[in-house]
Amino acid sequence: MSRFRYLGRKIVWLVVTLYFVVTFNFVLFHLLPGNPVRLLARSGHLTPQAVAEITKVYGLNHPPLEQYLIYLKGLLHGQLGISYTYREPVSTLLGQYLGNTVVLLAAATVLTIVLGVLAGVVAASRRGRGYDSATVTASVIGWSLPTFWTGLILAFVLGVWLHAFPIFGMETPNAVYVSQFQRIEDIGAHLFLPTLTLIIVNIAQFVLVARASVIEVMSEDFMLTATAKGLLPRRVLWRHAVRNALLPVVTASALLIGLVVAGAIEVETVFSWPGMGLLVYNSVLNRDYPVIEAAFLVFAIVVLLVNFASDLLYQALDPRVRES
Amino acid sequence: MVRPGVTTGLGGPTAPEPGSPALATEAAERELGLRRVWRSVTADTMGRAGLILFAIVVLMAVLGPLIFPFDATAVNSSELLQPPSPQHWLGTDELGRDVFREFLAAAHVSLVVGLAATAISMVLGAGIGITAGYHGRWADTGLMRITDFFLVLPQLPLVIALAAFFGQNLWIIILVIGMTGWPTTARIVRSQTLSLRERQFVTRVRSLGASNLRILRVHVLPNVMPLIFANTVLVIGGAILAEATLSFLGLGDPVQVSWGTMLHFAFQSGAIGRGAWWFFIPPGVGIVMVVLAFTLTGHSIDQAMNPRLRGSR
Amino acid sequence: MSLLEITDLRVQYTTPRGPVTAVDGASLDVDTGQVLGLAGESGCGKTTLALAIPRLLAREATIRSGSITFGGRDVLAMTDQELRSVRWGKIAVVFQGAMNSLNPVHTIGDQIAEPIRAHEPKTTAAQARERVAELLDSVGIDPGRSRSFPHELSGGMRQRVLIAMALACRPQLIVADEPVTALDVMTQAQILEVLRSLSDRLELSMILISHDLSVIAEVCDSVNVMYAGKIVETGPTSAIFAPGQVGPAHPYTARLRHAFPDIRGERTFIEAIPGHPPDLIAPPPGCRFADRCTIAVDKCRTDEPALEPVGAGHAAACHRSALVLGGAALDAAPLDIPAADGVDGQTAGGPS
Repeated sequence: MSRFRYLGRKIVWLVVTLYFVVTFNFVLFHLLPGNPVRLLARSGHLTPQAVAEITKVYGLNHPPLEQYLIYLKGLLHGQLGISYTYREPVSTLLGQYLGNTVVLLAAATVLTIVLGVLAGVVAASRRGRGYDSATVTASVIGWSLPTFWTGLILAFVLGVWLHAFPIFGMETPNAVYVSQFQRIEDIGAHLFLPTLTLIIVNIAQFVLVARASVIEVMSEDFMLTATAKGLLPRRVLWRHAVRNALLPVVTASALLIGLVVAGAIEVETVFSWPGMGLLVYNSVLNRDYPVIEAAFLVFAIVVLLVNFASDLLYQALDPRVRES
Repeated sequence: MVRPGVTTGLGGPTAPEPGSPALATEAAERELGLRRVWRSVTADTMGRAGLILFAIVVLMAVLGPLIFPFDATAVNSSELLQPPSPQHWLGTDELGRDVFREFLAAAHVSLVVGLAATAISMVLGAGIGITAGYHGRWADTGLMRITDFFLVLPQLPLVIALAAFFGQNLWIIILVIGMTGWPTTARIVRSQTLSLRERQFVTRVRSLGASNLRILRVHVLPNVMPLIFANTVLVIGGAILAEATLSFLGLGDPVQVSWGTMLHFAFQSGAIGRGAWWFFIPPGVGIVMVVLAFTLTGHSIDQAMNPRLRGSR
Repeated sequence: MSLLEITDLRVQYTTPRGPVTAVDGASLDVDTGQVLGLAGESGCGKTTLALAIPRLLAREATIRSGSITFGGRDVLAMTDQELRSVRWGKIAVVFQGAMNSLNPVHTIGDQIAEPIRAHEPKTTAAQARERVAELLDSVGIDPGRSRSFPHELSGGMRQRVLIAMALACRPQLIVADEPVTALDVMTQAQILEVLRSLSDRLELSMILISHDLSVIAEVCDSVNVMYAGKIVETGPTSAIFAPGQVGPAHPYTARLRHAFPDIRGERTFIEAIPGHPPDLIAPPPGCRFADRCTIAVDKCRTDEPALEPVGAGHAAACHRSALVLGGAALDAAPLDIPAADGVDGQTAGGPS
């Protein structure tokens, strides 16, 4: 199967899954009995105008199938409902908060991957029983740590006790910046602890995969061929070893992003980082259902897209996969 | 909620090979197998550590509330967030109650939720996995597409959304965690069932006229159980973490306080900023201990049943 | 002076059980344009000997003593930089193509061009591409396939790619390690033809390693037979293998020869050599083949025989080589299996 057919198949699969996610979202949050939107509308706690508006927006007086179509149509226009607490369209809210989460996710993911791969490559070159069991133990312990609790501990030790880093928000409140650089510095300082938390909790598994992968590749026959060609060791390592060792690492990265996305909710709550996670937390506290529902949809779509991207990347890196 | 389990190698878990297919000796084989696994686990450092932690946790959860009962109503506004003292070994919480006793009482809740949710996950996962693996064809494709769909959905956001929509009841929490933790189990059980189905003794017994149900009950199930068991122990860790996270985010049952709920109150009352470490460190340590107990033991069992995972690569 | 001179080489591997001397005092010479065969069963040290030349041995291996001189230069004294320049530029290796010797994620064109651009940095991409096309053509592969990946090629084609790749930097010496072992007989013949014609045309020196004597007999000018880390016989292939000629002077060679039936030859018996090679951690005193030899006498077990000349350019390490030349080493009850069966009678005993 040529590259393009493979790609086409993947895109179709992506679209189909997206469609099912959206439908799943609808069924779960709009259709099931005890649907809080309906309950709220009928409970009398809202003003008649609010009820009318909600009824109109969600089409609550229409049969379910029509509601579904209204919902789909609304989605395609970026219409995600109105937030109860903020009285704003959810899409506007998402726009404000999503960017900040992306910054956090990007920092955490990139650093975990880079540090993890480096640590893995180093570990691979220092194979020995001691290092081995230490890494496995660290990995098991890391998996058992609740992300939010790790954040709490870091906040306490590095933030409160040692006063080394800020533990609240994205920028120092009421700060006046002399330059753009200073602003970035401030944001960076605030970004440090949440990112560190995510890295600590998720890196161990990644290191193990990277290490195992490099070790396996080092013993392959083509590595001897590369050395026999008289190439520089640097080239042998990167163009031959790492290039092949990357494949499982790409798969692990896709998994990692899933974990980081989930962890972002916890970490943003602990450090009040103004992102999607914090939005979710506050919405949960206030029972702001439209936001919760929309946030879930966004998370699901992000994870799907990331998996898709990693599939593509894997296919680009490993020519053998293209032959379906 | 399931975090992808930690693996020490590159492959996923592989099915352990049951012994000789001779029907008469199957039971005897299983007997020996269990004893062998037990011995292997107790010999392994990881296994030993896990079992010790497990024993401590059980003691805490069962005996703790009996010896040191916790009174949720013992609110004492003059002793809010006090550091440890002879009267209060772990200090007081944001309502002036004894943290040590609260800690022991919460152990019980965390464990129960974790175990109950896992039970649901395992039944669902094993059920779907066996059905898909045994009946094959359409059942398999259909069920596996559904499983893959749920695997892709990010678990924490889904669990949060479900809990937020359907209530803050302990049972809702258990149900919600249970219904999102089954996909990995389903996949593992399905592959094992698939390979079992093709093995000679199943086709032989079928040709003798045994009904599907009998085959499942007598032959498939006992051979899948070890795998399910090993997987269960790992799923429990994930369920306990899920409960803790949900409670921390404010979705837990406010009456039945769990470790996660304790941390929620600690956070909300500013215990971090005030340095009230006795309040927010113990519950976390408790969670880590419980999860480690199950994970270490689980890994040890896994290694005992699948020697390929052992040793450095 | 020969192109390559190896004198008294000793290579040891560190193993958990102790040091294993894989090559114990081997010497050989290769002249320009000469095709030399290294024959022997698995574990006899032939690959170790050959890979020692460009110093491509594993980390566990050490060259304990001896010398390797290539083009007048002492290889063992070379710096890393000098070695890198000699590798592929002067001495290239053709590995077994059935295995993973080609990098799966790069095209074969890229992999052939890689050493060209590494050793001749001034080469432009276009020049490299042209050269790749030439090389592929010279080994019988359509140049249009340079964009293919290794997994898209058959075993025979992969082997040709490895040959083309080895020729990329116009080396003076090629070491071919079991180049046709994993291929079917028809493809074997084709590849051997390619190797032979290339060597003739380009005046290439070649060391061809194989456990299959018929392969060696077909392509090589001379042969060195190795057993348990030692060279036990050396001489021109025509003298040793061609019918009607002098024949082998060492019992092992004689038995080996009869382990590989020639489909065109006369009906002859084939027989496996019972037993297996000695443990190289503590080799026995005396001749290492004594235990499996049918004409061994007491002296063989106490005095290790040295390579002694038995004819023109022909030498053997055996106290009773005169007997072997007379056809005596084959005095065992023959299993009368017709030659057409084409069965490999060589035992697989010993380390692989």
